[in-house]
Amino acid sequence: MAEPTRTPLSPRDDEPAVQSLVPSDGLKPHLPGVEPERQLNDWGRSERVEGVLDATVAEFFYRYWFRVEVEGIENVPAAGGALLVSNHSGALPPDAAMIAKAIKEEHAHPRPVNITVEHFFKGYPGFSMLIPKIGCVAAHPANVHRLLYDEEQLVLVFPEGRKGTEKLYKDRYRLRRFGRGGFVEAAMRARTPIVPACVVGAEEAAPVFAQLGLFKRLTGLLYFPITPTFPHFGLLGMLGYLPAKFRIRFLEPIEFEDEGMHEDKALVQTVAHEIRGRIQENLWDMLARRRSVWFG
Amino acid sequence: MTMDARRILVTGLSTYWGGRLAQALEAFPEVEAVVGVDNEEPQVELERTEYVKVGAQHALLRRVVEAAEIDTVVDTRLVTDSARTSPGKAHENNVIGTMNILAACSGADSPVRKVVFKSSTHFYGCEQDDPAFFEETMGRPHPPRTPIERDIVEAEASVNEFAEKHPEVDVTILRFSNVLGPDVRTSHTALFSLPVVPMILGFDPRYQFVHEDDVVHALEHAAGHPVPGVFNVAGDGVLALTEVAGLLGKQYVPMLPPWGTGLAAAALRRVGIKIPPEMLAQLRFGRGVDNRRFKATGFRYQHTTRETVLKLGEHLRLHPVVRGAQEPYRYEREVEEFLRWSPHVRNAREKSTAGLSREQLVELQRLLGSFADTAGITKGGDGEPDRLAAAEQRAAEAERAAEEAMDQARRAERAATEAGERASREAARLAEETAERAAREARFAAERTPRVGSPVEHYDDLAAEEVIALLASLERDDLQTLRDYERRHANRVRVLSAIDSVLARGETRV
Repeated sequence: MAEPTRTPLSPRDDEPAVQSLVPSDGLKPHLPGVEPERQLNDWGRSERVEGVLDATVAEFFYRYWFRVEVEGIENVPAAGGALLVSNHSGALPPDAAMIAKAIKEEHAHPRPVNITVEHFFKGYPGFSMLIPKIGCVAAHPANVHRLLYDEEQLVLVFPEGRKGTEKLYKDRYRLRRFGRGGFVEAAMRARTPIVPACVVGAEEAAPVFAQLGLFKRLTGLLYFPITPTFPHFGLLGMLGYLPAKFRIRFLEPIEFEDEGMHEDKALVQTVAHEIRGRIQENLWDMLARRRSVWFG
Repeated sequence: MTMDARRILVTGLSTYWGGRLAQALEAFPEVEAVVGVDNEEPQVELERTEYVKVGAQHALLRRVVEAAEIDTVVDTRLVTDSARTSPGKAHENNVIGTMNILAACSGADSPVRKVVFKSSTHFYGCEQDDPAFFEETMGRPHPPRTPIERDIVEAEASVNEFAEKHPEVDVTILRFSNVLGPDVRTSHTALFSLPVVPMILGFDPRYQFVHEDDVVHALEHAAGHPVPGVFNVAGDGVLALTEVAGLLGKQYVPMLPPWGTGLAAAALRRVGIKIPPEMLAQLRFGRGVDNRRFKATGFRYQHTTRETVLKLGEHLRLHPVVRGAQEPYRYEREVEEFLRWSPHVRNAREKSTAGLSREQLVELQRLLGSFADTAGITKGGDGEPDRLAAAEQRAAEAERAAEEAMDQARRAERAATEAGERASREAARLAEETAERAAREARFAAERTPRVGSPVEHYDDLAAEEVIALLASLERDDLQTLRDYERRHANRVRVLSAIDSVLARGETRV
């Protein structure tokens, strides 16, 4: 006998006849609900692991080691999706964690930040297990779109990507190329604002003096840097940051309200270029005001 | 666009899905005919599905399709688990078979108006640079790596080609994620039946499952609604494998090394743990799909991924206790044909009454008794049904007692496995034996003492589904009075309409 809970075989008369052509906007209400019994969300993020790290390692670095100071936190929207765009540096970059922590600590409505990372991490044993648990998401356009548009969350991207973390100490605070502007396209498609962010201090906290190509190939890592503590203190040496003073400045959001802007490649490139310029300008400004690397 | 006449062909009737789907379609009154084809005989009992022993020979199939004026073809044959058969056979079935079935549906005067193709999310593969949620439009980022994935991609390509050439036919492709459930056997249920859940060291893949019942309902939904296109079918929620192990109450063990995984898997195959290549990729990178498009067509899942895993966990704990309780069904051609076609088979209804389980019979008697009480009607003077009722009541009680005892045994056994102690396992076995003895004694007692005054349970206690389940076996008069009673009291629309439809059916039969 047919179970009564199943959907009837024939469409009822009061149903709209053809629902088969699903509008792309119509899928948002069909997002799966949250199961409160779970410890992980659908991206693999674990509140428990994140909470423990947040209360220990992140807390220590944020408050006592880097003594982070934040400007313009009000530029981060309290609700809705937003794309944070920042400069990037350090072998195991401390900037991502500090930006996330800053929003948790300073913002009127603390929100979780989804940090986009290279696909590499998903394929490397160990990282693959840990990285999603602490709120990192592979930098796939579809992932960013789902987070921004459907789930209306904060996403942090580093358009410089690997080129930013690879660069040596002598090139500090000189922004690399901003990818192919994919981040602007994602924000335009999701019609969410971009909030540029500038981080000063990360370059001195984890200076990279050289890159060893041979060891990179041997270990299969993204890169194999020489830092003050790596590789001679082992993998934990990656966390051996110098106590530089951190400053994070969030700039005014750039809004994209019109539909279909992302299809205009020229516009995408222009906007990407402009955002890069603004971040670079602000970095120079912050560096000029800084009297000491260690005390600000 | 409702097609009132539905004549459905199910391919792969002997597969788990073919059998389940045919059983499900039989229950819909608007489905006129269900024809099942396969090389092998069906594995489940079917009431009105007609089985034709024909594989994927398109000339024969076409004759069947045309003769039976099939309007809907549901293809459930696809092999999505390479542990089931050899790669050669899988290819033959998945690629060549699909082509032949589609050939049987084409032709200028073909009656087929709808094709539903059961596919798999193995279509997407598992790679390092996958998105976290595959959407139907995304396609594969890389060429397929394993033979099964290659087959699925090729099969879907030929279905797409068919859809392009035949715009008048509704073609639906459903990509199902990994299926779990108490009945279905897949490489994943086998993996989770192991004492521990094996993992690749350093990886915690994301997994999405769909419950076996949801699979059948999804196929039904696609067969009954105009939903052309490709759809992912997967339960809500994506779990990490460690989470799955936790829900199953098992320990996870990273027994596969991150490098040389294939070699280790080959070694494990020697000791009986089969991990097919497509599953190995999933154990490393995992996979999530976006299931919203199918939900937008009006389909509702009954289980989330988490609930599906929990259901499997319950079954795995129960399985050692209830194993072998049911005899497997065997298809006997002569019997099936007699039941379907002989003029001496009096009444299809009677079959279903006889098919009532003991539990349902007891419910029925209780229903009648309580109903007579509340409505103030005294049943006919003969004591026969009364005594029967009492006996059944006793039997039910006994069975309940037995169940409780079994439950205790089960709990004890669970405790035993947890403690891992020999002594308590012994105790569990003892408890199980006692339980069985108790059950036997209870049954015996039930047979011996037929006449005991029983407390009459209220009709109002029954849920709507339970009432509806009993209607088919009620007499006409009883139905009438029941209808009056229902209207006066609970007045549940679903129950009332169900009674009406049973009454209406009865009229046409007389």
